[in-house]
Amino acid sequence: MEQELLLWVRGTGLQIAAAVFVFGMVYRMLHLLMLGRKMSLAVPRGSEWSGGLRTMWKRSFVSTKLSARGNFTVIAGFIFHIGFFITLFFLSQHIELFRAVLGLHWPAMPRGVIDIAAVLAIGAMVALLVHRFVDPVKRMLSDFQDYLTWTLSFLPLLTGFMLLREIGFEYITLLTLHIASVELLLVVAPFTKLAHMFSTFISRWYNGAVNGFKGINI
Amino acid sequence: MSLDDISIKVTDLHSIGSIDALLNEIATRLARFVATGESAMIDLKSLPFSPSEYEALRTTLGRGEVTARLETIGDSELYETHYPGVWWVTHYNVEGDVVAELIEISAVPAILHSQPEDVHDGLERLKNMLEQAK
Amino acid sequence: MTEHETLAQRLQQQGISRRSFLKFCAAMATMMALPPGSASAIAATLAKVKRPSVIWLSFQECTGCTESLTRSHSPTLESMIFDMVSLDYHHTLQAASGFAAEQSREDAMKEFHGKYLLLVDGSIPIKDGGVYSTIAGRTNLDMLLEAAEGAAAIVAVGSCAAFGGLPNAQPNPTGAVAVSDIIKDKPIINISGCPPIPAVITGVLAHYLTFGALPALDDQGRPKAFYGETIHDRCYRRPFYDQGKFAKTFDDEGARNGWCLYELGCKGPTTHNACATTKWNGGTSFPIESGHGCIGCSEPKFWDAGSFYAPLPAPTADVSTVAKAAAVVGAVAAVTVGAIDRGKKTQAQKSREKLTVDDLKGE
Repeated sequence: MEQELLLWVRGTGLQIAAAVFVFGMVYRMLHLLMLGRKMSLAVPRGSEWSGGLRTMWKRSFVSTKLSARGNFTVIAGFIFHIGFFITLFFLSQHIELFRAVLGLHWPAMPRGVIDIAAVLAIGAMVALLVHRFVDPVKRMLSDFQDYLTWTLSFLPLLTGFMLLREIGFEYITLLTLHIASVELLLVVAPFTKLAHMFSTFISRWYNGAVNGFKGINI
Repeated sequence: MSLDDISIKVTDLHSIGSIDALLNEIATRLARFVATGESAMIDLKSLPFSPSEYEALRTTLGRGEVTARLETIGDSELYETHYPGVWWVTHYNVEGDVVAELIEISAVPAILHSQPEDVHDGLERLKNMLEQAK
Repeated sequence: MTEHETLAQRLQQQGISRRSFLKFCAAMATMMALPPGSASAIAATLAKVKRPSVIWLSFQECTGCTESLTRSHSPTLESMIFDMVSLDYHHTLQAASGFAAEQSREDAMKEFHGKYLLLVDGSIPIKDGGVYSTIAGRTNLDMLLEAAEGAAAIVAVGSCAAFGGLPNAQPNPTGAVAVSDIIKDKPIINISGCPPIPAVITGVLAHYLTFGALPALDDQGRPKAFYGETIHDRCYRRPFYDQGKFAKTFDDEGARNGWCLYELGCKGPTTHNACATTKWNGGTSFPIESGHGCIGCSEPKFWDAGSFYAPLPAPTADVSTVAKAAAVVGAVAAVTVGAIDRGKKTQAQKSREKLTVDDLKGE
């Protein structure tokens, strides 16, 4: 039974998740671009593209001026994202998956680094959830989707951590759970705010472009 | 190309700590033997050793004064290690494969004793032989 | 058929000393992962046991399981176990053949009804009435049902009998199934593996003879003493896995240093068997120690679990093509819907009523 479940998540399950994720993200991003922007009839004072690219780059870093009132969220958010990316893209086992699906591979980071990154990411996520409950403004703003996306992003981190250390369950059970949690995340992501994984760059470009057109560097 | 042309690299794998645990176990059991006379056996095949650790264990325990060889459906080799009372027992089958390997803590390994059933059979045979010689 | 004598009597007949038997029991204790001191207790019990009748039925198999057991011509400690049982039927090993052999089997089954041990290797094809494997004109299915009826217990030897094995792999043209898919009312013990480690087969038999009962089984019906742990949990290369030191290709620097074979397709983490401790060929080595990853041969469906050389994270189905197709469909849908929405936008702009001075005046 266990072997059959594992085979399904490694096979059909992954196909379904990949199909929904790719379809969803491609559709959403392309549709967004297709809708176009309001045409500006003014004479441009600066360049759209250089403004757009500049903002895409600059917004990747913390700006204390822009986040003075939300320092905790910004910093915890950075720790989570960076830890998540290191774990996702630089663990040997994950690189094997990318090699099998995309045909690309790159050097892995030492296990110790991954371990630290994963723990930091998990810690940051827990802290962010607690803060979401405790802070009255965030609490008021939060809805079902916020908690859903938190859970879907947290489960792969947790199950992955447990899998590497074989905590709590047998390896095969943990592996199946880990892959299943990732598939769940992939399937739901395009329909939630998690689409920001692609749209962030588009919106940063847009902000930079609009201002760049007007000759303002942001 | 012959088998000898394939180069072999001998590496010393990192110890995974099995030997220290085992030596401590042996010391504990030996102490109990001294105090109460209770003998013990430790099955070496049930413990995960890397090949170099296995050799290290042999070297550490060393060889003592007594070696015994059994010829019983394949050979068995028993020897007292450098530590009296600690015996290394290896059972082979007819093809020379190892079928059991133990550390035995006792005055003499149990299998070295003459078994009552064998003694009984031997006595019968001896009596028969003497009968026929008459 | 005469009544079977006790083990001690048989040993005496064969001129085997009690000391030899004691050594044999020490080997059994090691095999069964029992405390080594229990050898004398095992010897005492086994000596009194009456040799049970064992019937071995070979179905849709490659004979590898029998081969695994009988690697020698001279008596070895492992082969002694088959002297300990009365193997009343085994169509590869027995001297009789043809109708005589079948008659001997039927006689044994009748005489020891309810008490004989039934060993099965090979899967049982059930498609088209089971015609794909027959012996003496009878289907395997038929023979199994008949033999199982009078058996005290059934031992399914090898992955084919335990889980369906190779014949059961996609597309399973003969409808091959496991023993446990057919027999539901008898205790069945699965000794999986392709083939199983010989010591495991004999260890289970020894346990049955010594204790008169089957050993503790896991949820797949395999004896926990041998299948309770995964290869990964007992692998001597585990420190390398934990440190992330993997061999990338066969015979590269990492491989020569004995690094972990995870990236070369080792299925050790998801495979339960005793290979890492009991090993093969009398404790000589096992696949990983010889430089090849575990293929997971003691688990169900291992033939359908993707390439033996694709690591566990790799998908077992074609994901790239599906993803590309999804991207194309998504793009087409986005362009189509986007065009429609853009059209709506243009329409809305066109039909926008311009604000006039009269509107401002409030007329």
